[in-house]
Amino acid sequence: MSMVSMEELAPIIREIEGHARNFGLDFFPVSFEMLDDEQINMVASYGGFPTRYPHWRFGMQYEYMQKSYGYGLHKIYEMVINNNPCYAYLLNSNQLVDQKLVIAHVFAHCDFFKNNAYFRGTNRRMMDELANHGNRIHDYMARYGQNEVEDFIDTCSSIENLIDTRLLFEGIARSRGQAQSDEPPSRDVPRLRSKSYMESFINPPEYIAARQREMDDAKGPALAGGEVKDVLGFLIEHAPLPNWKRDILAMLREEAYYFAPQAQTKIMNEGWASYWHEKIMTRCVLNASELIDFADHHSSTLAVHPGQLNPYKLGYELFHDIERRWDTGRFGKEYEECDDIATRASWDRRTGQGLEKIFQVRAIYNDMTFVDEFLTEEFCREQKLFTYSLNERNNRYEVADRGFAAVKEKLLFSLTNMGHPHIAVADANYDNRGELLLKHSFDGLELRRDFATATLEALQRIWSRPVHLETVAQQAPLLLSYDGTRHTERALTAEVTA
Amino acid sequence: MVQRIDRDLSRFRQVVRGIVKKELRKYMSTGELVGRQGKDFVSIPIRQIEIPTFRHETRKFGGVGQGEGEPGSPVAPGDEAGAGQAGSAAGEHLLEVDVALEELARILGDELELPNIRPRAKDVVEAEHGRFSGIHRNGPESLRHFKRTYREALRRQVASGAYNFDNPVIIPIKEDRRYRSRRTIHAPETNAVIVYVMDVSGSMGDEQKDVVRSESFWINTWLRHQYKGVVTRFIVHDAEAREVDEHTFFHTRESGGTRISSAYQLVARMIDEEFPASEWNIYVFHFSDGDNWGGGDTQTCVGLLRDKILPATNLFGYGQVASPYGSGAFINDLAGQFSGAENVVLAEIANREEIYSSIKLFLGKGR
Repeated sequence: MSMVSMEELAPIIREIEGHARNFGLDFFPVSFEMLDDEQINMVASYGGFPTRYPHWRFGMQYEYMQKSYGYGLHKIYEMVINNNPCYAYLLNSNQLVDQKLVIAHVFAHCDFFKNNAYFRGTNRRMMDELANHGNRIHDYMARYGQNEVEDFIDTCSSIENLIDTRLLFEGIARSRGQAQSDEPPSRDVPRLRSKSYMESFINPPEYIAARQREMDDAKGPALAGGEVKDVLGFLIEHAPLPNWKRDILAMLREEAYYFAPQAQTKIMNEGWASYWHEKIMTRCVLNASELIDFADHHSSTLAVHPGQLNPYKLGYELFHDIERRWDTGRFGKEYEECDDIATRASWDRRTGQGLEKIFQVRAIYNDMTFVDEFLTEEFCREQKLFTYSLNERNNRYEVADRGFAAVKEKLLFSLTNMGHPHIAVADANYDNRGELLLKHSFDGLELRRDFATATLEALQRIWSRPVHLETVAQQAPLLLSYDGTRHTERALTAEVTA
Repeated sequence: MVQRIDRDLSRFRQVVRGIVKKELRKYMSTGELVGRQGKDFVSIPIRQIEIPTFRHETRKFGGVGQGEGEPGSPVAPGDEAGAGQAGSAAGEHLLEVDVALEELARILGDELELPNIRPRAKDVVEAEHGRFSGIHRNGPESLRHFKRTYREALRRQVASGAYNFDNPVIIPIKEDRRYRSRRTIHAPETNAVIVYVMDVSGSMGDEQKDVVRSESFWINTWLRHQYKGVVTRFIVHDAEAREVDEHTFFHTRESGGTRISSAYQLVARMIDEEFPASEWNIYVFHFSDGDNWGGGDTQTCVGLLRDKILPATNLFGYGQVASPYGSGAFINDLAGQFSGAENVVLAEIANREEIYSSIKLFLGKGR
């Protein structure tokens, strides 16, 4: 096994890029970089952005990755960053055949980033943007103290999953620039300038008092039309924060929206890349001596581990299944309504639309709609999917059901809203006291209580008035509250509608 | 790039330190750290520190998997990852973080508010170290300090007007030369010996030994931090005493009666022959369930302590570990005799939770 230098790799990259384009893949320019294991673990700790803002949890990630790399438990072969140009990091200890596989894989990822609809709204200059964030946060640390800033980042990170992925299509408001003053908006009635002896005439006390009452009455911002799912955006607009904190919150929100599509398309993205690295390698690139190594590594990428769902495998098989179905015409009303097993099994209309279809699928679906639309009963059976759940008697996970409906339902549930609970701002003037009320739309799974109370504390630090969360526990609606010093909970009387 | 991660890594280490500090009492009572000790560090298992977010309670929910198996057959036991990974919930990792023993000792000292130990006034063995930390005007060329030399030459040339801004050539002359020089540092080198004595008679069970093991771990950690060289010796006794190695110390099980004086005799002889009090800081810790033979043996013990052991030692600690069999009278006998003695500490350890307070008692004297 020998290391392959970037110089040796350059012509190979060009060759593979040519094959990828011939197959119809379409991507931004890709900039490859070769890193050693320490460097790649470091870049991975920063989520792919080596210039990201400083924070201890990146150090923790790094510690974890270095340890598990050292013990041989895990190894990162490559990383690709959604950016224009795309950045791809290769591990320098990969063998030549691995590098080839990885390069093909990378081009398919880049094609996905560029063409999938959910990535449309992402910032393609994120490498620069995150470097700017890093610098700004550095500045804030110098000005307000490292602990202060880091604590606030912790606080923000607690709620960074409270975003509204629908906004990905509407264009997310970019983070607001730094404003001039660090004062929160004043709560006093603005006065006209006057000489002291004229004060009572120019700013009559009765008028000032009346206006002050008016302003005090309108404590919280009114919610225009129902709930706000973009809790981060709402807090940026309405929470009484000094500007530097508002700026940090805005930066973290922007990062959350940038990373969201990747979480939404894990199965598709990896499936797409695996589909193409296999095709490019076996059709064009492999030479005979590399075949065994390729087969070994390809199959370990797609390996099935008991009790786990490998997104590479699931996505790869689904894309192949779609291609097969659209090549043979196994779709549409006539096929759906055919219930003769033999006819279905040998169904072939020679439609030959497979390749076209999968390109279309990669452009307009995300994991949830992908699974919803294309996971068929036959597929479920062939792939031996099952649901499992906890058997409380012996405290172990057991296979529960191989039924198509159950599998699909559970899988879709875990993909909905990227697996996060639905939580939205319901009232910003709760009880007419300027308190914040969040509502958890209960969908069958309760919240982890210890985390919920800790997250409420983070919210309270941002909102600074008491905060409440309406949720469900033990089948009964419950209001969790935190006022800055004390947690309370109160049963609500309304009916559960789940 | 490298500096960036180093900074975050050291921030993370600080966070860990905070956790260890907060959880110190727990670590001390569960004995979790004992046996995770390398040469200079101990690896501390902590749950990966998670930033709390609103998330589902998915433990009972399970997920979707792939592969063989009939309904009812187990999938990877206790593994919570599953289909959660297809969504977003990352599995929980247990992270092992290495903390230097030195660091742990500092945390221990901070939390328990332990005073630093003042070594007893005695013929302090002084060791000489050399460090190249000084600067001299002459010396061998191999030790020439380039930067300082250059600076001197630059300063001289600027001062004398010989410096030409357009052609900034610096030529050092002999007077400009600076050399690194060796400085001798006299550091007092103090050595300590810790003698652990344990009762292994039938009434001391595994649980009691576990407590002793934790106690010795924390005492070692602290004293190693305070002294340069620390030697540990182990003595077990029932009716007879003998010296053993560390492994045997914690794993021996004898039956039979208890004659504590046999052990004290051995300690006295060991100090006499191997560790003259003028050169060593001597610590003796004795753990027992406090059940001693009758027949005046306790009296013998008191005599040995008063005449032989106490005059030579920095500290004599007696920890009485509660056991269902021991009478626990011994501690009272000692308390009656040595209540005023400066270098005697007596502690009763009823359960694991009391390890914390007993360590504080043992090491809180600053001796």
